[in-house]
Amino acid sequence: MNKIKSFFSTFLLIELLKGMALTGRYMFARKITVQFPEERTPLSPRFRGLHAQRRYPNGEERCIACKLCEAACPALAITIESAQREDGTRRTTRYDIDLTKCIFCGYCEEACPVDAIVETRVFDYHGEKRGDLYYTKDMLLAVGDKHEAQIARDRAADAKYR
Amino acid sequence: MLNIEIDGKQLTVEPGTTIIDAADAAGIYIPRFCYHKKLSVAANCRMCLVQVEKAPKPMPACATPVTDGMKVMTRSETALKAQKAVMEFLLVNHPLDCPICDQGGECQLQDLAVGYGMGNSRYAEEKRVVLNKNIGPLISTDMTRCIHCTRCVRFGQEIAGIMEMGQIGRGEHSEITTFIESSIGSELSGNIIDLCPVGALTSKPFRYSARGWELTTRPSISPHDGLGANLAVETKNNRVFRVLPRDNEEINECWLSDKDRFAYEGLNSPERLQRPMVKRYGEWRECDWPEALEAVAGGLKRVRTENGDAQIGALASPHATVEELYLLQKLMHGIGSGNVDHRLRQSDFSADANLQGAPWLGMAIAELEKLDSVLVVGSTLRADHPLLAHRLRQAVKRGAQLNLINPVDDDLLCNVANKAIVAPDAMVQALDQVRRALAGSESSPESTVLSPEMPYGTQHSIALAIAASLRQGERKAVLLGNLAQHHPRYAELHALAQQVAELAGAKLGFLGEAANSVGACLAGAVPGNDGMNAGKMVEDPRRAYILLGVEAELDSYNPARILAALQSAQLVVALSPYKHHALDYAHVLLPVAPFSETSGTFVSTEGRAQSFSAAVKPLGETRPAWKVLRVLGNLMELPGFDYESSEQVRAEALHGDLSAKLNNQLKAPVAKPVGAAAGGLQRIGEVPMYHADSIVRRATALQKTAAAGMPAATMNGETLDRAGVAEGTDVIVRQGAGSVVLKAVRDDRLPNDCVRVPAGHPATAMLGGMLDEIVVGRAG
Repeated sequence: MNKIKSFFSTFLLIELLKGMALTGRYMFARKITVQFPEERTPLSPRFRGLHAQRRYPNGEERCIACKLCEAACPALAITIESAQREDGTRRTTRYDIDLTKCIFCGYCEEACPVDAIVETRVFDYHGEKRGDLYYTKDMLLAVGDKHEAQIARDRAADAKYR
Repeated sequence: MLNIEIDGKQLTVEPGTTIIDAADAAGIYIPRFCYHKKLSVAANCRMCLVQVEKAPKPMPACATPVTDGMKVMTRSETALKAQKAVMEFLLVNHPLDCPICDQGGECQLQDLAVGYGMGNSRYAEEKRVVLNKNIGPLISTDMTRCIHCTRCVRFGQEIAGIMEMGQIGRGEHSEITTFIESSIGSELSGNIIDLCPVGALTSKPFRYSARGWELTTRPSISPHDGLGANLAVETKNNRVFRVLPRDNEEINECWLSDKDRFAYEGLNSPERLQRPMVKRYGEWRECDWPEALEAVAGGLKRVRTENGDAQIGALASPHATVEELYLLQKLMHGIGSGNVDHRLRQSDFSADANLQGAPWLGMAIAELEKLDSVLVVGSTLRADHPLLAHRLRQAVKRGAQLNLINPVDDDLLCNVANKAIVAPDAMVQALDQVRRALAGSESSPESTVLSPEMPYGTQHSIALAIAASLRQGERKAVLLGNLAQHHPRYAELHALAQQVAELAGAKLGFLGEAANSVGACLAGAVPGNDGMNAGKMVEDPRRAYILLGVEAELDSYNPARILAALQSAQLVVALSPYKHHALDYAHVLLPVAPFSETSGTFVSTEGRAQSFSAAVKPLGETRPAWKVLRVLGNLMELPGFDYESSEQVRAEALHGDLSAKLNNQLKAPVAKPVGAAAGGLQRIGEVPMYHADSIVRRATALQKTAAAGMPAATMNGETLDRAGVAEGTDVIVRQGAGSVVLKAVRDDRLPNDCVRVPAGHPATAMLGGMLDEIVVGRAG
């Protein structure tokens, strides 16, 4: 009985027509394709993308070289060297993140007592050489400066859950 | 013995033990801040509160002696509640600045707060703020973090011997401060950094440079004084970041002198020599190792054929390792020259023929603490041997009598029973007086023949008192310090000291000048078969010199003379970790590794051989000196230079029973008739604490301390008047052709006709002998 049924459905192209009907329905349905990079999907304020170093509104860098992010990093992607600055404060003389090592777990951000190292919504960065993905302190601060408004909004949105 | 029970564990302990000691011995941890095993019990932090059965309230474990049948609960509900409450009180005023605190990660308060603290603070009021103090270039303060455990205060009183820190105010207003805003000058001050359980006192040179968890700890041995302190060298990225003590009850206990602790900065000095350098046609240029070594071997071969083997001399630093010194002397003997010596600051070698072994402390370091009476001859104890001075201080506290025959009267921070402060020249007479007093009968020492005119105002009574002091007690010692060993009449002092020790039934000992003074003798870095000693090599200049770790103008008895000898030489090879004045007189500079970059062995002043391995890789093209000397031996085509490791060298250098080779006794101690003292002014040229060796000279923080300040010409009032100079003015001091302008300083504790002008400092490096005649005149 089953054999006969399958013979007729194959012979009469019923499966094909069913499939075409589905395709036809979607031809007239509302489109959900996002036209990247002109269009972007919405992202959570907790999105963990490219890292950034933040500054206080007066322009002073936030990082105090406590090295907790370096200690928390499971991929050993962060390298910090620190020293006393002329004004007596504790500062980094080197703050590098090797993004080829980074696994974007967000532990560095969680460990930071002053919200200096954060992960931004930026995910479409690239490098042409491997070395391009070795981010130094200046590069990280530049990312922070560029996206500070968005970073601050995200921190504010997430503040009550932290 | 008492039977007690701690946390259900049955223990048997000595009566008088405190609960915390009993618990520590049983491996039960009781939290504590103010308690420290080497300090007195203050019981003021209250963190060690424990529950004792039948006691109405929790008891402090550090201050409660055990009683028979006592039952202690350290983790019962009552105990934990008390400990948590104490922690909450401690945290009330403690700032939440762990992220910028250097103690973070190695902080006792931080660690215990994890176990006993609450997640949130119930304290919403304003926290207390205490202003920071500037207490010198070594220790940085953050006094807001202080929890008033008073460990630093007790350390000053009980160990360092000087109460430089104290607590003022009460309750919330109490704070730890130095007395009237002065800086800390103790030579042991760095220990309060280790003692501080929080981040109130931290290391200034190390400030903000690394975290405890990033550093790799490697064991090492101090290359500075003769103590042989056990170090923990902490490194990161092939660089030494700090040095901490390693506990060793027999040597340094848990302490470290500031020199040992902070000298590491010299290892990272910009003056480090990183590539071999050769001088060609008057121009220095860097080259590679083969070229430099060929130049050395070629030069030495030329001197051998043209002038003879004996025209080559080797001068080594007593801070070099046994392996290096052994290979140096082997190289020299292979060449056929016995001219090897490490005693550059010694001036009198006439006892050499009578020596029977390597001069050493004569006892174990820990025995110093148990002495009943001790006579120290010629030593700036606190500067030269900070921790040996600490041992003697503990002995004095216990009731021992400390006697001194010394040209200087620096504060030893303990009671000195008798002291004869005499001019260097008169030390011999003074010691002779003691010998005569001892030789006389005990009942009527006055009848002893004492020389009629005691030198420089010393009374007979002092000699008699020293003799009487040496007669009493069981354990006694006569110790010769650095100033005695550098003394132009050292042989006489040695012979007299030996006789005094024999008469008094005391041990004779030498306070070893450098980390490897004893090891150098054992390794054979002393003149052998008709070889010349350091003094002769300078007096009768050689055509070629090999300098191992020596900065000639700072490390020798008479800088002017040694510089003249080196400048006239045809070939000077300097093996050194640093670029220094050798650029003026050397022809080849070979960069060799300091102690942190090579394996080696130091034999401390108590005759203990301690080996260590490298903590970091050699900087640049620096190589361990034992490897350099081995290759030189090969290039000179000498047999027996095929070592593969420093252990092999050590096994050859230090075979057999070491203690059998240590001997302070002279074969024939002859008491020569004591001659009259020379006229004129005499220089007292001690080596300042932070200029004693090449590493510490380059330690920037130590060089900022008061002890490393600019040398001055110090005299007593009478000598100042006689020289016609006023206190505080510039004076010109002259020795031979060399002269230097220094500030005149008055110190009435100095003997008459003496000028104290430190040696070993670049400012006085053009002068002559450390304890020779000196001329003082008005400058300008």
